[in-house]
Amino acid sequence: MTKNIIQIKGVKKAYKEVEVLKGVDFEVEQGGIFALLGSNGSGKTTMIRIMATLLKADSGSVVVHGFDVKKNPGDIRGCISLTGQFAAIDEILTGRENLIMIAKLRHLKNPNQVADDLIRRFHMSEAADRRVGTYSGGMKRRIDIAMSLVGNPKIIFLDEPTTGLDPEARLEVWKIVKELTAAGTTVFLTTQYLDEAEQLADKIAILHGGKIIALDSLEGLKKLFPATKVEYVEKQPTLEEIFLTIIGKKEEK
Amino acid sequence: MGSAKYYLNDMSVMFGRSMRHIFRSLDTILTVCITPIAMMLLFVYVFGGAIETGTENYVNYLLPGILLMAIGSGIAYVSYRLFLDKQRGIFERFHSMPIARSTVLWGHVLTSLISNGISVVVIILVALLMGFRSSAGVLEWLMVFGILGIFTLALTWIAVIAGLAAKTPDGAGAFSYPIIFLPFISSAFVPTDTMPSVVRAFAENQPVTPIVEALRNILTSQPVGNDIWVALAWCVAITMVAYFFAMKSYKKI
Repeated sequence: MTKNIIQIKGVKKAYKEVEVLKGVDFEVEQGGIFALLGSNGSGKTTMIRIMATLLKADSGSVVVHGFDVKKNPGDIRGCISLTGQFAAIDEILTGRENLIMIAKLRHLKNPNQVADDLIRRFHMSEAADRRVGTYSGGMKRRIDIAMSLVGNPKIIFLDEPTTGLDPEARLEVWKIVKELTAAGTTVFLTTQYLDEAEQLADKIAILHGGKIIALDSLEGLKKLFPATKVEYVEKQPTLEEIFLTIIGKKEEK
Repeated sequence: MGSAKYYLNDMSVMFGRSMRHIFRSLDTILTVCITPIAMMLLFVYVFGGAIETGTENYVNYLLPGILLMAIGSGIAYVSYRLFLDKQRGIFERFHSMPIARSTVLWGHVLTSLISNGISVVVIILVALLMGFRSSAGVLEWLMVFGILGIFTLALTWIAVIAGLAAKTPDGAGAFSYPIIFLPFISSAFVPTDTMPSVVRAFAENQPVTPIVEALRNILTSQPVGNDIWVALAWCVAITMVAYFFAMKSYKKI
């Protein structure tokens, strides 16, 4: 049997008086997409920052790829990548320079080659030599995710990858995220959008009130919800579909 | 990980990155130079005739103070760039990678030394056009640049604290105003003899005066006396204290 790639037990974290995480437990299997679903301020980002070694939990145990976050944070950094809520790109540099910079920092042998490959894979050859400052929101996200792939990390953390993107860019990011798992990479993403978790995730955990209140596949979770609520959720993409159809028709003309 | 070879590699990547920022926004160097040059023109051609300094050439008297002023405004950009890195999540990206944290800061600090060095050279060239003459030899010039370098280092670490603590881009640069105006209450523009006793006591016991006096005496091949030691003591002390607090607040983010 395969050991789970992320093991979280009893993680607590408080900012001053406010208790954000009140004993979080969950495990993530290797491969596939795992979504941490929760509303704004539920502690998703806090959880992801703890796993990415940026923040220390007050108590509990966090094991990522077999490494304990307290004892071997350096080893964890070697096998993960983090894409934060806001595209963490150097806007003065070009897309290519950003990729090369990360490749050099990951001490890869051939940074230029790595950058070339990713530019091709993400269909960015036209924009690659322009400064990132001139990119659209969707393009910035694309290069941001491409930067996370440099050096083929085992686990990719994506913190709200589509927040602030327009529907078109959102679909594009979804497509990219789906492709990430092809090589066996584990994707851990947080989202506040139900449809995003529904579209992408193999397993969904719901973080609410500082605890994981549900963890299952979509099929499993669906059984928990009354049918009426599901209808409400499904209404949202319809407007999106209309929007995208209209945009699509315009572009055809 | 953690070997010296990687440390130097990471440091040079960080340094290369922020040097690109400098050369792609040369207007920042221009902005840094304009105010001190304007001050120099104003004081030499408007007020200079009425100021009794005991030296024949007022540009010679003025230049050291002007250079300190330029460095004072140059470091505002250090804290601005640091603030942007922090705000855009670029720090988080670097910190979740297997690289030594301090290289991220040192990249900015080295860049500050180079960009302030460029401003200093530009202002000296303008001063030469305005009639600045120095009898200093190579060794003396090296001493001048050495003192200016340590002064820049001291102010840069203060800038690091400000950049890390700032909540807005404007806030990041605001700390530099008092530093820019410090030369006015010193012997940079006029001798301290004519100042009222309280002002004079402040002027003679703040760091700018001994630094200015030391630079002026080196440039005119006069004996520097005690000033150089007082100047160096100030610079080293400020560097150490600011470095300590900068590292302390850097650890928190």
